[in-house]
Amino acid sequence: MTVNGKAVSGSVEPRTLLVHFLREDLLLTGTHVGCESGYCGACTVHVDGVPTKSCMVLAVQADGADVTTIEGLAQNGELHPVQEGFWERHGLQCGFCTPGMIMSAAAILADDDNPTEAEIRHGIEGNLCRCTGYHNIVRSIEYAAAKMRGEEPAPPEWETDLV
Amino acid sequence: MTTTTSALGGVIRRKEDPALIRGRGRYVDDIRRHGELAVAFVRSPFAHARINSIDTSAAAAMKGVHAVYTIDDVRHLGPLIAQVPVGKLRPLLADGEVNHAGEAVAMVVADDRYVAQDAAEAVVVDYDPLEAVVELKDAASDRVKVHEDLDSNVLLSWVGHEWWADVIAVDDPRPKIEEAKAREDAVIVELEMVNQRLIPVAIEPRAVVAHWIEGYDKFEVYSSSQIPHALGGAIAKTFGLPSNAVHVRAPEVGGGFGCKLNVYNDEILVCFASKELHRPVRFTETRREAAVSTIQGRGWIATATLVGTPDGEILGYELKGLADMGAYSQNFTVAIPLLGLWVSAGQYDIPAYFEVACVVTNTQTTDAYRGAGRPEALYYIERAIDAYAREIGMDPADVRRKNYWKNDQFPAVNNTGLAIDSGDYETNLDKLLEIADYAGLRQMQADARAEGRYIGIGLSTYLEICGFGPSVLSEIGFGWNNYGLPSSFSGSGLVRVNPDGSVNVIIGTGPSGQGHETTWAQIASSVLGVEIDMIRVSHGDTAESPMGVGTFGSRSAAVDGAATYQAAVKVRDKAAEIAAHLLEAAPEDIRFADGGAHVAGTPGRVVTWAEIADVAYRPHTGPEGLDAGLEAHAIFSPGNATWPFGSHIAVVEVDPDTGDVEFLRYIGVDDCGNVISPMIVDGQVHGGIAQGVGQAMFEEAIYDEAGNLLTGSLIDYPIPTAGDLPSFELSRTVTPTDVNPMGVKGIGEAGTIGSAQTLVNAVVDALAPLGVTHIDMPLRPRRVWQAIQDARRDSDVSA
Repeated sequence: MTVNGKAVSGSVEPRTLLVHFLREDLLLTGTHVGCESGYCGACTVHVDGVPTKSCMVLAVQADGADVTTIEGLAQNGELHPVQEGFWERHGLQCGFCTPGMIMSAAAILADDDNPTEAEIRHGIEGNLCRCTGYHNIVRSIEYAAAKMRGEEPAPPEWETDLV
Repeated sequence: MTTTTSALGGVIRRKEDPALIRGRGRYVDDIRRHGELAVAFVRSPFAHARINSIDTSAAAAMKGVHAVYTIDDVRHLGPLIAQVPVGKLRPLLADGEVNHAGEAVAMVVADDRYVAQDAAEAVVVDYDPLEAVVELKDAASDRVKVHEDLDSNVLLSWVGHEWWADVIAVDDPRPKIEEAKAREDAVIVELEMVNQRLIPVAIEPRAVVAHWIEGYDKFEVYSSSQIPHALGGAIAKTFGLPSNAVHVRAPEVGGGFGCKLNVYNDEILVCFASKELHRPVRFTETRREAAVSTIQGRGWIATATLVGTPDGEILGYELKGLADMGAYSQNFTVAIPLLGLWVSAGQYDIPAYFEVACVVTNTQTTDAYRGAGRPEALYYIERAIDAYAREIGMDPADVRRKNYWKNDQFPAVNNTGLAIDSGDYETNLDKLLEIADYAGLRQMQADARAEGRYIGIGLSTYLEICGFGPSVLSEIGFGWNNYGLPSSFSGSGLVRVNPDGSVNVIIGTGPSGQGHETTWAQIASSVLGVEIDMIRVSHGDTAESPMGVGTFGSRSAAVDGAATYQAAVKVRDKAAEIAAHLLEAAPEDIRFADGGAHVAGTPGRVVTWAEIADVAYRPHTGPEGLDAGLEAHAIFSPGNATWPFGSHIAVVEVDPDTGDVEFLRYIGVDDCGNVISPMIVDGQVHGGIAQGVGQAMFEEAIYDEAGNLLTGSLIDYPIPTAGDLPSFELSRTVTPTDVNPMGVKGIGEAGTIGSAQTLVNAVVDALAPLGVTHIDMPLRPRRVWQAIQDARRDSDVSA
């Protein structure tokens, strides 16, 4: 398969999950394991451009696929707008759900760079966060959407500006 | 960014984030040790059973299996050490009996997790099931005893005025309350309410890897812990080692919320296995396993009784109930209700009686979960006040205001004998009512009711206690003394200016998302005037920090922050002497800003921190008698706790046909004293509210009669998703404390302590016209619908 633009190969047991192949064989530990049952979304990667919970896919099912993980999202050292948004708008606390959340958000914005708040919230319902109450995740994705549209993002909500 | 320095109250982007948003953060499961082995546990399918035999032979013979351990291998290490050892301590592995479903019975160590799990399936355990006791009142009756060798399932009762009778004398409030009840005009409301059991669900499952290195004779441990120093102490004590033979690191920790504020048997057992096998040994929970191997929270059933006058003066309040401890006592377990006791009277100057019994059941242990006792206590009083307000036909905001401690009463000694140092409750409430346009909301509600719609407005105010103190509390268990770490919940901060002028700040905390690297850089920068980018903050490492109490109880900024502030001041004072020498001025005239020092009034001539450090490390170039080096360590022992507070409003609409609750608005005004980073403080409140909403609306750990946990997966145990919540509308008031030098109070748990009852008050308020007075959490549609049906039936009967 191709992972983050590079051709990779490996031999695995038939029962090996894609997330374990990414983490253990390719050492791409940014993709996290939160529930091994498809609910939490911490393991979300893009498989052929589609956001996919990599704990619900066997590595062999992704044979030949084009996989993008969080490590492959920034291009030439430049953060993806969603990554930038999470940093600028405090979209993460412990950071454990963050890679999956960012991958889902990037997929939402790839389809529609001007989603409503309700659409953003619906779009990330498959990714659980226990720290942020999602408030600043939504603000982060709105920031990224504005950037992707070439517009100035809304100012932050806190009373003191970033210095 | 290179010249950026920060004052307290400013906002900088988090220092933690660049690695985390790129997927480069290192959590325990991302850190691999060469040659490590993996652990899987054999867990009991029964909640209460005798173990006749354990046959490990088939598992031990499997390819790739290195060892299978039972209690016979580890009994000599003793039980798991608890900080508050009241009740039954947990054996490291089940010893002849199991007392909750999921209890660890045997441990398999194998080449990898897949092999270990296969081998665990091959261990044969012969059980004789015993009757399990799960329900709290049933357990309190001692009809079935959980532990034969304990006198009773009831371990102790916390009584408000007697909790520390040796030290604090408090009058028994009951005579006053009885007198009030006997008044002719007494209005009495009484509600039995469940504050249900919860599963913490940090998104990162717990993980630990331990390596014993013979010859060095030390353990190297990585654990997803909020309390790395306490864990190190527990390992040292268990294996009879000095504390410096155990190096614990808590790297990135993926959420804690109290569930990683415990020393777990698996953390001790991987150390044991590593010592036996001379290999690093790792355990990582699965999600389903976490539901039974990690502590749970809450689990109270209690009756709140409030007596007052018809015009809103509260004359007395009682809370009597039972709290579920689960099967074993771990870190704090029985002490959790005590935290509730301390704030049981909320923000009110009222006679209040508290009596909560700690009861053992055949379920997983309970311990600190975000708020830990305080959300339970505030839930009860704030629900009771709403019921009372409804009974006397008075606005719930007015009832609260009428009974607050007034500003001229602080320090206010509450019903527990502790002194609330500061507060300004009325200003806080007023600000909330103004921001929310409370009068407008009530009008909107009236208009909606006229259209047959059920809009509810819920209000709650809260008092919190955090940054626990005074230090002498450690004498009743609030310190890490049992883990071999004498401490009084003191904070630790070390500030070191390196020879090149860069700065290391080393703290004794164990954060799990609270942004300590950012906040502490701001603290150091504000004192030293060093650029933020020149400061590196490290935490959670027992070899770097001489002591550390960890991160919990919203304590870190108020206690470790204070220590760091004091250490930074010491460093600044020494640097001022050096700068004075270089600038030929007096030390008291030296000012620090923008990465260096200058003489007051002449900002043009600056010596940089690198120049100051250069002198500090070559003392012969400095003033006469200069000691070499430029660092300071401070330990801060708080003279009192801090007492944050706030007021919250929720607005909901209930569909009376389906019981579905639509969550329209949430407005909060919190007061955590001075604010170091408004961005991080807001984020803490957002997350805290979401967890309280989770309890109010969705979450419940349900055990069946046989003690099986029915909600062990995230599909059975739904936590809030983005679609379940609105954006939150936050503001704050600022009432600094003088308990610590920065005037900060703590904010990690505030949102959770304020929010569950706010939501429930809103739903009950919505349905009040139908005669609904109470619904137990979680307010899932079926339960709300049932309450509506019951109220309608009751009103039909009475009609």
